[in-house]
Amino acid sequence: MTDTSAQIETFYDVMRRQGITRRSFMKYCSLTAAALGLSPSFVPKIAHAMETKPRTPVIWVHGLECTCCSESFIRSAHPLAKDVVLSMISLDYDDTLMAAAGHQAEAALQDTIEKYKGNYILAVEGNPPLNEDGMYCIVGGKPFVDQLKHAAEHAKAVISWGACASYGCVQAAKPNPTRATPVHKVITDKPIIKVPGCPPIAEVMTGVITYMLTFDRLPELDRQGRPAMFYSQRIHDKCYRRPHFDAGQFVEAWDDENARKGYCLYKMGCKGPTTYNACSTVRWNEGVSFPIQSGHGCIGCSEDGFWDQGSFYDRVTDLTQFGVEANADKIGMAAAGVVGAGVAAHAAVSALKTAQRKVQDNKKKEEA
Amino acid sequence: MSEQDTLPYPQSDLAVPLTGDATAEDLESLHDQTSIFVYEWPVRVWHWVNALAITILCVTGWFIASPLPSMQIAEATHQFVMGYIRFAHFAAGMIVTVGFFGRIYWAFVGNHHAKQLFYIPVWRKRWWKEVVTELRWYAFLEKEPKKYVGHNPLAQMAMFFFMTLGLSFMILTGWALYSEGTGQGSFADTMAGWVLTLFGNSQIVHSVHHLGMWFIVVFMIVHIYAAIREDILSRQSMVSTMISGTRSFKDRRP
Repeated sequence: MTDTSAQIETFYDVMRRQGITRRSFMKYCSLTAAALGLSPSFVPKIAHAMETKPRTPVIWVHGLECTCCSESFIRSAHPLAKDVVLSMISLDYDDTLMAAAGHQAEAALQDTIEKYKGNYILAVEGNPPLNEDGMYCIVGGKPFVDQLKHAAEHAKAVISWGACASYGCVQAAKPNPTRATPVHKVITDKPIIKVPGCPPIAEVMTGVITYMLTFDRLPELDRQGRPAMFYSQRIHDKCYRRPHFDAGQFVEAWDDENARKGYCLYKMGCKGPTTYNACSTVRWNEGVSFPIQSGHGCIGCSEDGFWDQGSFYDRVTDLTQFGVEANADKIGMAAAGVVGAGVAAHAAVSALKTAQRKVQDNKKKEEA
Repeated sequence: MSEQDTLPYPQSDLAVPLTGDATAEDLESLHDQTSIFVYEWPVRVWHWVNALAITILCVTGWFIASPLPSMQIAEATHQFVMGYIRFAHFAAGMIVTVGFFGRIYWAFVGNHHAKQLFYIPVWRKRWWKEVVTELRWYAFLEKEPKKYVGHNPLAQMAMFFFMTLGLSFMILTGWALYSEGTGQGSFADTMAGWVLTLFGNSQIVHSVHHLGMWFIVVFMIVHIYAAIREDILSRQSMVSTMISGTRSFKDRRP
């Protein structure tokens, strides 16, 4: 980072230039520390980093996606998305958030790659479709997969925003006609951070960026490459309705008495027990609510292949591999039924055969 | 033909120590019966503990996937219906795990019959021949089954696929699901957490663990039927062998 640092302002420089007082700056640092779950002793460290470190250039590219990640991102409250975009990072290319358009925008992308080779972060929203040479997603007249590979070549690290970039999401759901492919299966030689969710929580997105700027390293990742601080526990583990789960008190039907009492949504197919995300702690829209709090089960949007796990409203997944719609219980009961009937028939034949042999033996004895 | 003539020894000699309703025929068959000690006590204890634990696992597992109707016994804080069901499931799962490792240990230190569960001798021509014979016996094409000290080849195959492979699969996926609750970095996560990553989505692990239960249920049906049927129709004891450890043979023919 040393050779380019002269060209880029530090975070603090930018903030002061924007008329932010030192006092507000320190407040911001302590809020950020709190949002990342760090102790107060980290506040001066964050402040120091902000004062001395150059802003990190970020290239934000868009493949097959719905822009819900961007929509979520700009609603971040701690830190404010405005602070992230204007003060913390140098968002040099993001076709939905930048003023430039067309050839100008593409030129900005090329400039950034040239200028900050090996020092910029590549944020990917959406994924590249690989069928038909990637023709299902064209950016600036070229397949998105080419832009992605080109931008990733000199990136320091890659952030996979959302379920699309991390796992494929709806466009990769079976039968995946465009062969939409998650980023880590196309870019294999760069450190990749997956921030899944459809969309990811705003504070999780800005939190990940803040962490990377503050400590100049990737956050600790779990086995699947997700930041452990946000994705190490299930929705279920921190759900405020968990006591009703343990008690065995469930919503049995939509709008029943139990639903009004706020019982557990497990029987309504809630995927909280299989979904790793921070919704039940960080929540959404400045901590206002999250799906379960509004009375609907979690649909597991931050999990791999969540569109292919059967209905959002079934706890036991339909297994389409068996041609007809069936789940583990129906298949199991059918198998047990067939085997049980087979056993009964076999037992009956065994008894008849044995009786028959006895009769024959007795006859032989009599004859002898 | 009188019964006196068929006996190779004077009837009176043996009738003396026998009590109850012993007849001359009883005496005859008494001389034909032999028995061999097969299953040592750890094998037998494992069998019954395992059977009980698996039954508990099937029932509680069913109610974890499809919970009982909601109950209003007390305030949620003091009511623990689902909690107890899950506790029973996890506890039985631990017992199966420990038992399985104990059983593997016994395969090394126990007698050679204790090893039969863990392999199938596919390289032995004679074993395959006996598989066919056994299949013919179950298809009513053989008049008489062969005698076996340990498992017959068909039973050995079933044990290997359903128990050695099936139980390993259930233990592994079970611990993987358990690790979701104990959290990253926990013992369960270190040992089996990678299974979740292997399948990608833990919902899939739930599904295959669920299918595995039915795999075991199918085995239970066949196993219990075959054991009782063989006990009646074969030339050797079955059910009592797993209680006493002794295999008794009903006749002297080879």
